[in-house]
Amino acid sequence: MMLIPCPWCGPRDESEFHYGGQAGVAYPADPAALSDEEWARYLFFRDNPKGPFRERWSHSAGCRRWFNLVRDTVTNEVLG
Amino acid sequence: MTADRNFRRSPLHDLRDRLATLSGAITVTETPFLAQINVRASTPPSSHPGDVNVLALGPDEFLVVGPPGAEDRLLAEYRAPGVSVVDVSAQRTALDLSGPAVRELLAFGCSIDLHPRVFAIGDCAQTVLAHTPVVVQRRESGFRILVRASFAAHLAAWILDVSPELTSGH
Ligand SMILES: [Zn+2]
Repeated sequence: MMLIPCPWCGPRDESEFHYGGQAGVAYPADPAALSDEEWARYLFFRDNPKGPFRERWSHSAGCRRWFNLVRDTVTNEVLG
Repeated sequence: MTADRNFRRSPLHDLRDRLATLSGAITVTETPFLAQINVRASTPPSSHPGDVNVLALGPDEFLVVGPPGAEDRLLAEYRAPGVSVVDVSAQRTALDLSGPAVRELLAFGCSIDLHPRVFAIGDCAQTVLAHTPVVVQRRESGFRILVRASFAAHLAAWILDVSPELTSGH
């Protein structure tokens, strides 16, 4: 079980959270102009680093706010 | 809001007698029909002395809890430009827990630290107790658990189930 620091509520059990995947994936400025491949790349392709990864979490069983954090995918250490 | 209150039955009506058998280490009573107003505002609503509590649920979300029947008064009081006020009184009932074993009981099903050093009188938290989403509030007399009406019977049954395990307070 990971202890995840919610910016509003403090450290809470991982089970109180919902994972939101990679952070900072911008919605395309003009979605209609994208090819099918480009659209699929936006929808489904994500980084998969071994090490620090900036990702989205929602504190669904607490304050229900979304926030970003950086987690090391090898050690599960929360880096910020 | 003007419903005839004589016909209301609280979510834990049928479990009251069994909860009343707990005494000594832990005392549990339902405090039903509290007025509960959800306030969305960028600044905290002014807190109240006396019988109204303002619980911070998030950076811009607050739950104002008052005595039964205070819904209209509180709605009017907190209504303001740019502020959303919604009567959510029917969503949750309250369980008031007290007694020397109350923190031991909560520790069976809740992972956050409720020691007075970090969770002082007036503090509140939204978390999970016995797999049930709850709002926990520390009060002078003990803890108040606000629980959704449909989960209340489960939570009360869990308390009845756990209470024989308590070692402190005897
Ligand atoms: Zn939170």
